[in-house]
Amino acid sequence: MTTRSFGAPVTRNEDARLLSGRALFVDDVELPGMLYAAFLRSNVAHARINSIDVSEARARNGVVAVYTAEDLGDYWAPGPLLVPPPPIKDITFNQRTQVPLAKDKVRHVGEPLAVVLAETRYLAEDALSDIALDLEPLPAVVDLEKALADTSACVHDGVRGNLAALVRQSRGNYAAARARADRIISRRFLYDHGASSPIETRGIVASWDDRAGRLTVWDTTQAPVFLRNGLAGMLGLSERQVRVIAPFVGGGFGPKIMLFYPEEVVIPWAAMKLNRPVKWIEDRLEHFFATTHERGQTHDAEIALSADGRILGVKDIFLHDTGAYNPYGLTVPINSQCTLLGPYVIPNYDSTFRAIFTNKPIVTPYRGAGRQHGVFVIERLLDIAARELGIDRAEIRRRNLIPPDAFPYDNEIIYQDFAPLSYDSGNYEPILDKALEMIGYHHFLAEEQPRLRAQGRHVGVGVVCYVEGTGIGPYEGAKVQVQNNGKVSIATGIGTQGQGHFTVFAQVAADQLGVSVRDIDIVTGDTDQFYWGAGTFASRGAVVAGNAVNEAAKVVRQKILKLAAEHFECAEEDLEIIDGKVSVVGVPGQSIKLGELAVRANPMRGAVKPGTEPGLESTQYFGPSGGATASGVHAMIVEVDSQTFTLEVLKYVVVHDCGTVINPLILAGQIHGGVAQGVGNAFYEQLVFDEEGQLLNASLADYLLPTSLEAPRTEIGHTVTPSPLNPLGVKGAGEAGAIPVGPLFAQAIEDALGLAERKIELNEIPLSPTRLFELASQQQ
Amino acid sequence: MTTDTHDIAVTVNGKVYKRTVEGRLLLSDFIRHDLSLAGTHVGCEHGVCGACTILFDGVAARSCLMFAAQANGHSLETVEGLAPDPEHLHPLQEAMRDCHGLQCGYCTPGILMTMKAFLEETASPDEAQVREALSGNLCRCTGYQHIVDAVLLAAERARGSSK
Repeated sequence: MTTRSFGAPVTRNEDARLLSGRALFVDDVELPGMLYAAFLRSNVAHARINSIDVSEARARNGVVAVYTAEDLGDYWAPGPLLVPPPPIKDITFNQRTQVPLAKDKVRHVGEPLAVVLAETRYLAEDALSDIALDLEPLPAVVDLEKALADTSACVHDGVRGNLAALVRQSRGNYAAARARADRIISRRFLYDHGASSPIETRGIVASWDDRAGRLTVWDTTQAPVFLRNGLAGMLGLSERQVRVIAPFVGGGFGPKIMLFYPEEVVIPWAAMKLNRPVKWIEDRLEHFFATTHERGQTHDAEIALSADGRILGVKDIFLHDTGAYNPYGLTVPINSQCTLLGPYVIPNYDSTFRAIFTNKPIVTPYRGAGRQHGVFVIERLLDIAARELGIDRAEIRRRNLIPPDAFPYDNEIIYQDFAPLSYDSGNYEPILDKALEMIGYHHFLAEEQPRLRAQGRHVGVGVVCYVEGTGIGPYEGAKVQVQNNGKVSIATGIGTQGQGHFTVFAQVAADQLGVSVRDIDIVTGDTDQFYWGAGTFASRGAVVAGNAVNEAAKVVRQKILKLAAEHFECAEEDLEIIDGKVSVVGVPGQSIKLGELAVRANPMRGAVKPGTEPGLESTQYFGPSGGATASGVHAMIVEVDSQTFTLEVLKYVVVHDCGTVINPLILAGQIHGGVAQGVGNAFYEQLVFDEEGQLLNASLADYLLPTSLEAPRTEIGHTVTPSPLNPLGVKGAGEAGAIPVGPLFAQAIEDALGLAERKIELNEIPLSPTRLFELASQQQ
Repeated sequence: MTTDTHDIAVTVNGKVYKRTVEGRLLLSDFIRHDLSLAGTHVGCEHGVCGACTILFDGVAARSCLMFAAQANGHSLETVEGLAPDPEHLHPLQEAMRDCHGLQCGYCTPGILMTMKAFLEETASPDEAQVREALSGNLCRCTGYQHIVDAVLLAAERARGSSK
């Protein structure tokens, strides 16, 4: 093959449609006779429902129906447990999943109580104010430690102490390690993660075709196949009667993988019941309550070290806020527990967490999915250890990195994918070296910083390491098909929310099939086009679906060569596929177009050999034996204004190893976007709840997403350690940018303000100018 | 609820649309759902995210903060009007594609309209000016870096072609 597209910075196939406003998003679906839904939501966090009177709303002009939990009858049921607890010994797990419309009790602000269906959205929202609601407020469970007390109110009757889960995992013997340590460091760390805030909120359109007996649902989901399967089951339909389409989706970042949201249960049911299409589009205020969050953990952590800075062991006990329900099982806190171990040799580890029900919106994974929390703890412990032991911050990390000859490296605990936490491959020290070089670490500390300090400027440097478990199973599939017009069609079951699937999957197939990336048409997220799949989450699309595309393309290549060899009566080895044609090497003029071969592969008349399959197509599946572990180092130089405590990032570097790179342009975009979200988490974004469980800053004017003025220009470096767990050697990259930004900010800001000299530590995230002022002003 | 209605005539991308609308109908909903120009997106409906930005008599404006009736007699431009024809893109759209300035693409129409107005006023911007002009449009995917690169590239290409 002349030019390889795999590995090249190919611009995207999907962009022309998106740039010209021709891409279909859920709210763009318009159907004749469509009704519009609006939900009445609880305005208190915890209450008993005495009564809901919807009679006046039903009587309003333009209102077609109003439903409460009672109207759902037998259809009303708590949602499924999406992710059961992993097989960890002696685990406690109390399953309490969300319900379609609240019955008896509401458990968080924004929980839906009733739905109005009307001829326009404006009328539906008008009718919400007609509903008479009698709620009897109960004490709200908000604080994690208070929630555990016997005297606390209970989010769920019968779950004392609001304990959703209790999990302990350990390796080695921490107590013994502690006994022989030269230095023990214990601290409390608070890490809060926020709302993913995609610019497109959630939305659903459902349409029931009574004659065809088919339900079509357009949904902003990251998991169309499981949505279809679940809806079919709930509605008493077969899977073939339900088509779920996740069209272009305006950002996901995790919360759109959650199912079933109450609206996803109610809207299709209403469309069938009324035999009219129904649309519901979440507004931004609803999004802050009705879409899942990630939130806070409180860690009491201890590290035992030798005098030369070697980690002997870590003990961690933490509380995790799971919100009012726990449909996503233990994924987030397990990720925190596992990712704390990072790229380091930690021979003895003892970690216990309690997941706590609170009267706040549900917590499910958001980009990083709990990894941030764990990384913050170990990185901060190492910073404090470096200071107490008089070792350089980068050096103490280097001394503890897992050596390159130790892979696959078994951490001896269980990961979120139920498999042992094992790192497939890695070479960490060159990543650290490259990051230190790119940020100019030693030069900065030796020369720049003293010079800037002499000028009265507060400039500091930070460097942090992390690993990212990516590309987990179970599997994905792909169907690759050469069309009669010579173009190639590829369908997969995953959804797409901006990752560039229309381009990277085409790159994977293009080289195999000798066609241009532009001549490959990708279909994602349409269950009628591809039947099986799990979804887009956990940085797994390129790894799992990408390898399925590769396997299917390999088979199609063989079919092309076999058919062409028969046509030319030559050996397959004498053929090459270039520019959409199969040619006999060295014989000019002897060539046939792929489209022509596709026609020949599906003869209309005549006999075929027994066993012949029609078409140039193949469907293949790929399921890795375990997740591929990516890794990286972020480094930053930051200036703090000592009057206003605002920041300016002067330089930001990411060095990253995600195995073989399919498209460096798209990879850079993933990292830039992740860093921006990490910066938001570290310094700008915080969901602020009061003691009543009310979210006080539920608008984009008050919940501060980074703008172009806060997101730093990021320089990216790569190292490549291919994964041995898949033929392409790729690892995921979707979350890498976002994971270690919190500890990086804490470390660099401490350095900038010289806080260590004043014994002040930044052991919480998010920070903000106000919070930084408070912390930096202590003990003065 | 009593409804007050207004007969309006609005020019969008050079075409005149005559409609009868409720007084409370948002301009963003009018453009998207009444005119089926769904390329203009709605992200927050409180004027912060900038996804619904259009050009109102040539000035970048948030269509979620206006009523359709206010557009009566005015001329609007939306993302659908940028490209010269279905086969070609506007130079700013081309630069966005070349620099990978979009991921999910949801905020993109608002950014294109904001930056079109900006570049018409500022032919030779530096990075700080682009970032300032872009700061009223939220993007959750890209971290803005490739958008900034795209706007700088589009400006450079425009200067090159006008020489």
